[in-house]
Amino acid sequence: MDHFDYFAQQLINGLVLGSIYGLIAIGYTMVYGIVGMINFAHGDIFMIGGFIALITFLILVSIGLTTVPVILLIVLLVSMAITALYGWTVERIAYRPLRHSFRLAPMLSAIGMSFVLTNYSQVAQGARVKPIPPLITGGHTLHESADGFVIQLSNIQIVVVITTIVLLAVFTWLVSRTRLGRDMRACEQDQTMAALLGVDVDRTISMTFVIGAALAAVAGLMYLLYYGLVDFFMGFVAGIKAFTAAVLGGIGSLPGAMLGGLAIGLIETFWSAYFSVEYKDVAAFSILIVVLIFMPTGLLGRPEVEKV
Amino acid sequence: MTVLPHDTAPKSRTAGIPFILKKAFLSALVALVLFSLMIGIRTEAGQDGQLTYWTRFGELASLVGAVFGGSIVIELLRQWIGPTGAEKLVPAAVQNGVSFIGRYVAPALLIFTFLVPVIFYDQRYILDLGILVLTYVMLGWGLNVVVGLAGLLDLGYVAFYAVGAYSYALLATNFGLSFWICLPLAGILAAFWGVLLGFPVLRLRGDYLAIVTLAFGEIIRLVIINWQDLTGGPNGVSGIPRPTLFGIPLDNSDDGLAAKLGIEYSPTHRIVFLFYLILALALLTNWVTIRLRRLPIGRAWEALREDEVACRALGINTTTTKLTAFATGAMFGGFAGAFFATRQGFISPESFTFQESALVLAIVVLGGMGSQLGVALAALTMIGGFELFRGLEHYRMLVFGMAMVLIMIWRPRGLIGHRAPTVYLKKAQAISSDLVKEGHG
Repeated sequence: MDHFDYFAQQLINGLVLGSIYGLIAIGYTMVYGIVGMINFAHGDIFMIGGFIALITFLILVSIGLTTVPVILLIVLLVSMAITALYGWTVERIAYRPLRHSFRLAPMLSAIGMSFVLTNYSQVAQGARVKPIPPLITGGHTLHESADGFVIQLSNIQIVVVITTIVLLAVFTWLVSRTRLGRDMRACEQDQTMAALLGVDVDRTISMTFVIGAALAAVAGLMYLLYYGLVDFFMGFVAGIKAFTAAVLGGIGSLPGAMLGGLAIGLIETFWSAYFSVEYKDVAAFSILIVVLIFMPTGLLGRPEVEKV
Repeated sequence: MTVLPHDTAPKSRTAGIPFILKKAFLSALVALVLFSLMIGIRTEAGQDGQLTYWTRFGELASLVGAVFGGSIVIELLRQWIGPTGAEKLVPAAVQNGVSFIGRYVAPALLIFTFLVPVIFYDQRYILDLGILVLTYVMLGWGLNVVVGLAGLLDLGYVAFYAVGAYSYALLATNFGLSFWICLPLAGILAAFWGVLLGFPVLRLRGDYLAIVTLAFGEIIRLVIINWQDLTGGPNGVSGIPRPTLFGIPLDNSDDGLAAKLGIEYSPTHRIVFLFYLILALALLTNWVTIRLRRLPIGRAWEALREDEVACRALGINTTTTKLTAFATGAMFGGFAGAFFATRQGFISPESFTFQESALVLAIVVLGGMGSQLGVALAALTMIGGFELFRGLEHYRMLVFGMAMVLIMIWRPRGLIGHRAPTVYLKKAQAISSDLVKEGHG
């Protein structure tokens, strides 16, 4: 087995995993940028997104829809819409009343909300892992070494990466070019001033949660397609890793979140490939600690960087 | 998450029935969309790995109906009671009353606790429950040093509990050391880990600190699971020796306490002994905390909680202040862990999940950060409540999460009491709340 081939294969796997983390990390970084709190329940929003995608998929298949692109599109839209409403509701119930409370209150409320969402989906959908048959099959062989090791790029990996890129493009446009994006940037800099200048701060913060949740729903769908399963507990670890990604990239910075996501995905994959699978989560958490200690501003988190 | 609270703007207080109905209708609509797929459809993996689903429209309809009704009730209550903002400030008279009662509740509670094994001698269940509650009281008091006094949000407290439990379990099973030698060792080891964690995270602000401690707690748990040679991995450590009364075992043997005292042996003796042991440990925690609070270090903790920048300006060494808080809290966590190990006789990583940290944190927050009596009452309420809903395993965590959110909204400074700084200026200065954010600097 050629070392380079093995490396290349892990690189591909890591980038795909990193794309999923990056999508979740954007939700953390946006909320932190505007409200200044860690939305602890965001990982669970991601999990809810995965569940809703799974259920929609089941319904569509059972009513006899067979065209895969159509199924995917409908699942994507339904899951984004409903999960976005979850994000909105969570903000409305648990965070908005606490906006002027003492510092730790929103954090504690978010932890409570995370418990609510985890156990809600456990009660509603049961504790067992929910598998689905692979929806997107096949792939391309990029390179085959002399002893038969094959670098595979599967179609699902292509779908994940392309979806991520498209979403990022749309999202960047939204933040930099639209009225809503301008409002968000204004609220991030100074909420009082923004309100004085006619920005509806409450609505803008709500929209931030809605967009973050919609992106997390896409990540949930991608996770479902890539790993072929969801369970009620997957939000916790994925959430912490995505938060690590957001911090690594520089919290508040959008490109940073994506970069951090890719970095965490790569580190986790390479750690599993070259050191030990058992300690991959330990590696991710250790990185979080090391990053926070030695460069709390992250890779791109300078004050002058455009943030959302 | 059944009801949608809304703005406390004056207009909503005087609004009439159409407004309430409209609000309730909107809430129900949102609930319908939220629950449509998650509640309305139930999925399950079948025998052959194929997913099946069935509909539950009845449950969906009743939930949406409940949200509709609940929304109306909440809105009416809000109009009768007034905006929630007014409730957050408890009138001085009530506060004085509470402190007056508090002066007598604490001794009464203490005397009652001492008498529990006498009153309920035959009821093993109540004794076991009492031990459990006291364990959480001790954990709560330990964490209170870190969160309540020093104002450092620690989401990984269970790590120190785990360090204490595994220290005792491994030292006792591998080297045959007795409980009374291991207990201080477990505390020292946990305190050592506290310092080890504390050192790097000192510069971090409130919520970064929380996440790092959370990560630390998870790392400890994952290492325990994966380091199978040492810890037995997911299988845990079994056969942990029971505690002895300074070398005299509490069993049915000829050397046992019962035989030496010449009374008939009963398994309850050990339970009663465990009860007084944890009571003594908890009271030690309480006593040390109260004494420390009167020392310069305790004053420094409270000052740190109130304003870190001012602390530095006054020449307080924030590094050592934070480190001692971490180490003290961790040490008590380690004691509690050692007790947990000897009581259970078996420990596994499952006992040391993030849920446990959140539960202890919720006890401290619910008790009003910094109040010793509040924490004890909160532990009693919380663990008692958990026991009441024992059959509803998943629902109780759901309710626990909701309670945490509601308490934060309703009384963010704690349900039972709030411990003001021991020393403070009697005449309050009017400062904008923006200027007194904790932990900046």
